[in-house]
Amino acid sequence: MTYLAKPKIHHPSLPVNALGFTRRDYEGPVSTLCAGCGHDSISAAIIQAFFDLAVPPHRVAKLSGIGCSSKTPTYFLGQSHGFNTVHGRMPSVLTGANLANRGLLYLGVSGDGDSASIGLGQFAHVMRRNVDMTYIVENNGVYGLTKGQFSATADKGSRSKRGAANDDEPIDLVMMALTLGASFVARGFSGDKEQLVPLIKAAVQHKGAALIDVVSPCVAFNNHSGSTKSYDYVREHNEAVNRLDYMPERAPIVTEQAPGETRDVVLHDGGLLRLKCLDPDYDPRNKVAAMAYLESHRARGIVVTGLLYVAEDASDLHDAQETVDAPLNQLSDAELVPGAAALEGVNASLR
Amino acid sequence: MRPLERTNDFVVKFANVNGSGSASANGLFAKAILRMGVPVAARNIFPSNIQGMPTWYEVRVVEDGWRGRRGGVDLMVAMNPETWKADLAEVEPGGYLLHDATKPLAADRMRADVTAVGVPLTALCHEAFSDARQRQLFKNIVYLGSLASLLSIDPELVEAMLAEQYRGKAPLLEANRQAFRLGFDWTREHAGPIGLRVERRDRVGDRIFVDGNSAAALGAVYGGATVCAWYPITPSTSLAEAFMRYCRKFRVDKATGKHRYAIVQAEDELASIGMVVGAGWNGARAFTATSGPGISLMQEFIGLAYFAEIPAVLFDVQRGSPSTGMPTKTQQADVLSAAYASHGDTKHPLLFPEDPTEAFEMGAQAFDLADRLQTPVFVMLELDIGMQDWLTAPFRWDDSRALDRGKVMSAEELEAGRDFGRYLDVDGDGIACRTLPGTHPRRGAYFTRGTSKDRYARYTEEGPAYVDNMQRLLRKFETAKSLVPGPVIERAAQPTRAGIVWYGSTGAPMAESLAALEGQGIHLDRMRVRAFPFADAIPEFVAAHDRVFVVEQNRDAQLRALLVNECGIAPDKLIAVLHYDGNPLTARFITSEIGEKARALGIASRMPVEGRQKSAAD
Repeated sequence: MTYLAKPKIHHPSLPVNALGFTRRDYEGPVSTLCAGCGHDSISAAIIQAFFDLAVPPHRVAKLSGIGCSSKTPTYFLGQSHGFNTVHGRMPSVLTGANLANRGLLYLGVSGDGDSASIGLGQFAHVMRRNVDMTYIVENNGVYGLTKGQFSATADKGSRSKRGAANDDEPIDLVMMALTLGASFVARGFSGDKEQLVPLIKAAVQHKGAALIDVVSPCVAFNNHSGSTKSYDYVREHNEAVNRLDYMPERAPIVTEQAPGETRDVVLHDGGLLRLKCLDPDYDPRNKVAAMAYLESHRARGIVVTGLLYVAEDASDLHDAQETVDAPLNQLSDAELVPGAAALEGVNASLR
Repeated sequence: MRPLERTNDFVVKFANVNGSGSASANGLFAKAILRMGVPVAARNIFPSNIQGMPTWYEVRVVEDGWRGRRGGVDLMVAMNPETWKADLAEVEPGGYLLHDATKPLAADRMRADVTAVGVPLTALCHEAFSDARQRQLFKNIVYLGSLASLLSIDPELVEAMLAEQYRGKAPLLEANRQAFRLGFDWTREHAGPIGLRVERRDRVGDRIFVDGNSAAALGAVYGGATVCAWYPITPSTSLAEAFMRYCRKFRVDKATGKHRYAIVQAEDELASIGMVVGAGWNGARAFTATSGPGISLMQEFIGLAYFAEIPAVLFDVQRGSPSTGMPTKTQQADVLSAAYASHGDTKHPLLFPEDPTEAFEMGAQAFDLADRLQTPVFVMLELDIGMQDWLTAPFRWDDSRALDRGKVMSAEELEAGRDFGRYLDVDGDGIACRTLPGTHPRRGAYFTRGTSKDRYARYTEEGPAYVDNMQRLLRKFETAKSLVPGPVIERAAQPTRAGIVWYGSTGAPMAESLAALEGQGIHLDRMRVRAFPFADAIPEFVAAHDRVFVVEQNRDAQLRALLVNECGIAPDKLIAVLHYDGNPLTARFITSEIGEKARALGIASRMPVEGRQKSAAD
């Protein structure tokens, strides 16, 4: 079904963004995932975020691995080039793509099997290289396409749909990303779009590796009692540390002020993250404190969501590589090929 | 036994302990002979180890210009007590052995038919130098001085080379010069010249002395590569390192100091090829350098790149395999695993450079081919080419040559409404147009996937659409036949119904062997294969002969298997001649193997051509 494009009807009353695009321009064909799948909510949040940011859709490259989550890039940003790579290896492909053209926005979409099991190595290394990207893990703790096996993020003691208990410790990708040097780390819940959309917008604008781990229940295989990734469980055990708004530099948005403290984080491009701190003790600029907070809450079975860490001094792989400002894939022959005279010099040095 | 008397035609072998600093002195020795206008063929024979294991460097001084190993040793520089026995045994009757005579040599440690030349290297160094490390290192320079004296190498020429090497480092230069003179003077006084001599000639011409990995890396720079992702593995590591070196020289923007390249040492080979595929998908010329085990790890991605049609260049510096095998020994044993790499129906273009000159040329050309064919292209180097210094034709570049980016549809073409189907064959060559991400706001975007798709890149599991696409990929491979370098064919001096085929470094001893075989009345038309897929001329050559020898450096006759499989050749027609112990082939081996087989098959003509001599330098 996925090859059937949605009809391109542009109703004149559809709202447009700063570039004149409608929300429709950020959509893709109809999803073929199960009805009620958390992943579809994440796709909707991605569409909303890019529409709000008024990013030209073709300036985004979306890459994924293999799995239910990795199918989703088909269903959003239909005007963007997409690449459904191999299982667990999207990070390396994204890294190469990013090196080739630093002028595009890179969106990596993965799942818990793709990132925490087969792809744990590449997940770790893409974070430590600080590749400029938004990396969204659609985390349901289960293998959907192969029908219900546990993934490495499933909590110890949680039960599969068939009743089997998971005996292995879970891998917490948020904690890993923090340890490995990701400069923007967040966790969301597919059932909370209000929180998720600003997180995606902030991650897209952030320079460097930005991870959003989105708990996204699998309605087919992991939404029963006994699961710790079901809608009910996550709603009951989810504690948001903050809510944020993303404000581009030139267009400050006056938001409705919620009660409680606010905290501003300035991004590299001058954009502003305004955090409404639901827990006044939580400072997302303090990595060590964030890690302690997350661990102590995890021990109590609480899923902490929100912007968990952001490094204000942003840099990325291109800074480390000291690459030229122009995208490498657009350099001319003259900029690349040293020519015959230079070669004669090499020859002379080898005699 | 009379001591050997030879001028400009002998083999010197250095037996060293690795990590002892011998490489620099041995390299100077080879280069000094080149500077005297006499060609050399040099080979490092080294262990998979950093310090303390035996290592050898063999220099064939060969005025006739033969490029291969001859076999046998005329002068052994025996610096490793551990390998003494084997080193001594290898010396030809009448040959020479240079040793450290600081301690007296027991009579039972020598052969009566070998002339021993003892130089008190350790004692001389102890006297002249106080620092322990210097005493060790300069022993090598001292024996270089001894050799210069023994072989009549011009000492001033060596001193000039030292001056070049240590330009701006006066104390180092002085110490090296002192060590060299120490060995030279002592030897002149006590030992005098031996029967082996180097005499000045003018047979080197404009040729250069360089290793194939550096050459291939330089080729990648000239081929416009901007992204290199790699994982260290012998014998390919020096290729990535040479790419860094040449990029620092040629690709740093003078005004800003910024780099027109990116080099990532990945966490493994899977990530290396993943980055290459990502960069290739996004329009940058990208490559990885690896060896057989790396190719094994990259299999899944190679299949994806084949099916998703993404340009990529893989330099495979082949080594002894399987598994970790013999990492520091040479082979041509990845031919089949590269040609058919990955799962499903796949096949890939392979290039077979014969020496560093071709490693440079094919290293550049591979990027044009990858972009033109939108597929992974393998440059099949070998340890013997990659890690050895070869005397080889200088690198050439035509400034009018433009990089061939292949069929990439531009924003203007999309804007003008040109039909874009990512997998649509518009002109019959099997190659479709691609677009790069970010080209046009509303046209030309598509979703790349390893799963099946139709001509417009839409997901489909329909059988006919899958077959349609796979057939187009075959047409594309057919197109590749005319784009890759064709074979080099040469006729024998006399008409013959027998032929010989080889590729890569096997060519090094071939000219010498063929001349020797001709002397025995065995005439062979010859064909050097330079690429896969096989150009039509390749099966035509085989068809024009009754018997064809296929010489290669692996156990399973892999090129022969590929010829049988791809060209439908009757297997009995192709006679395998195989050498795969990890050491470079010698002319003696080929001559004796083929000689024997040819006589058994009745290929030798009745009247051997007497005294016919041919020189590669002619």
